Amino acid sequence: MTALQKEVSRIALFALVVALFLSSTSSGVVLNFVMMALYAALLAQAWNILGGYGGQFSFGHALFFGTGAYMQAIAQMQGGLNPWLALPLSALASAGVGLFVGALSFRYGLKGSYFALVTLAFAEVFRIVALSVPFTGAGVGLMVPLREGFANMQFDSRRGYAFLILALVVLALSVSCWLQHSRFGAYLQAVRDNEDAARASGVNPFRIKLGAIALSGAFMGAGGAFYVQVFQYLDPGIAYGSHTSVEALVGAIVGGLGTLWGPVLGALALHALADLTRNLFGQLPGINMVIYGTVLVLMIMFAPRGLSGAGKSLRALWKGRTP
Amino acid sequence: MSTALLTVSHVCKSFGGLRAVHDVSLAVAPGSLTALIGPNGAGKTTLFSLMSGFYLPDAGRIEFDGRDITGQAPDANARAGMARTFQIVQPFAAQTVRENIAVGAHLHEPRRVAALEAAQSVAERVGLGSQLDKPAADLTVSGRKRLELARALATQPKLLLLDEVLAGLNPQEISEMIPVVRGIAQSGVTVLMIEHVMQAVMNLAEHVWVLAQGQLIAEGSPAQVTSNAAVIEAYLGHGTAAKLRQMASDSGAATA
Repeated sequence: MTALQKEVSRIALFALVVALFLSSTSSGVVLNFVMMALYAALLAQAWNILGGYGGQFSFGHALFFGTGAYMQAIAQMQGGLNPWLALPLSALASAGVGLFVGALSFRYGLKGSYFALVTLAFAEVFRIVALSVPFTGAGVGLMVPLREGFANMQFDSRRGYAFLILALVVLALSVSCWLQHSRFGAYLQAVRDNEDAARASGVNPFRIKLGAIALSGAFMGAGGAFYVQVFQYLDPGIAYGSHTSVEALVGAIVGGLGTLWGPVLGALALHALADLTRNLFGQLPGINMVIYGTVLVLMIMFAPRGLSGAGKSLRALWKGRTP
Repeated sequence: MSTALLTVSHVCKSFGGLRAVHDVSLAVAPGSLTALIGPNGAGKTTLFSLMSGFYLPDAGRIEFDGRDITGQAPDANARAGMARTFQIVQPFAAQTVRENIAVGAHLHEPRRVAALEAAQSVAERVGLGSQLDKPAADLTVSGRKRLELARALATQPKLLLLDEVLAGLNPQEISEMIPVVRGIAQSGVTVLMIEHVMQAVMNLAEHVWVLAQGQLIAEGSPAQVTSNAAVIEAYLGHGTAAKLRQMASDSGAATA
């Protein structure tokens, strides 16, 4: 089997196992946990496309999340669009915002902390705009009317939502897999590792980074649309608040940057940890952010290649080779 | 020389008050193997960066393959058939040798599998065949220089600009590398190299340009330029050529 076939079959196996598990359990708590973990995984995967494979660290991925979420809510409430049609539209809208921000910042060669600051600033600008314009419901927010039914993408239990987010996660896995086995992905990683060398090899870094930010934004937007379907409520703080940006980047960094399974693994581990501490500390607000911060520092100090990198090193040790 | 592959005419580049390259003109004939030499800080690498599009010239004109490419981006130049290596090697450190070279091969090969296969055959050409699956970060200096060469070669260039691919190698490695460079030239690729290793320049180059303090001071065959008084002075200091002549005639008189 080639490396590609191996990875595709692993993704299929993952989808099958999770789907079987979802169908077999009826515990609301478990279903909710799996759904929220997969949701966190999707955000981390979205961030990983630009941050992990592309090396462009965004600190404002809430920008794409919020845009997708508002698109999903507004398209239904004011456009009368079916949610199943609104979701791809939301992803597209976020990709568009990604192209806009990317064109501005990559045109001027913004990198590293400067790029991170610009994305953060854009997310803040969008939050403030959303607070003041009428069609986002301003500070009051938007409440999506309850219309239960498959056709309206509103399910009677968490199981339906869990299947929906599983489908999105599998799609994101497939795209990441494509990145590892395509010219676009190779160029993206080349730009990440050494932009000058990439340019000398005929790569146009501007175009490649634009593609990555659009793709990353699209998945983040789909995550926002999913959020709206599940919670049916949205305000500017939820949409463009920095906690979503942090959740996306911590999941990817803890799991392993630029890896296929890292973001899924990282999001799952963090989510389990956050749930555990929430049970231990009660509803202390913001405790999960404290935990995320601590875990991030520890991971960067002791396992900079993330959980999947640490796993690889351990496997190599087990087989008696130096990692 | 209208038939030249690369023509540089009256190119200037300054960094603040420093005139790095001043009024340089040269023409590289297709199929040739030529060299650009000069003391440290003469502006050789700057001239390469101007040719390949990494710097924009302040004045002058650069033509490649019959087209004006002055100010054209490096990636467009690479697509047009001009590849360069970097004096300070620039590998994609986290990736394997095979993946590194495949980035170059992708220029004319959109399919991943085919690009990886092409990378293998290029690696064998420069003597990296046994290290394909090593991370680029684990290569020796000599290995990294070969990798630079391989990645540039994988783009199937018409013109290859080699920036000191022999610097930092030991004599054994240099004598292994010289046939590799000659082989590339014989396969029809035009090669222009910056080189300090005179053994290589004397051995390989059919024509040499000498750059000092941003200006061309001599050109000709390797033997011609190494006996040129201006070149000797540029390398060894003002008045050295006369002193050397004096010493030669003195010792000649002594033996007589």
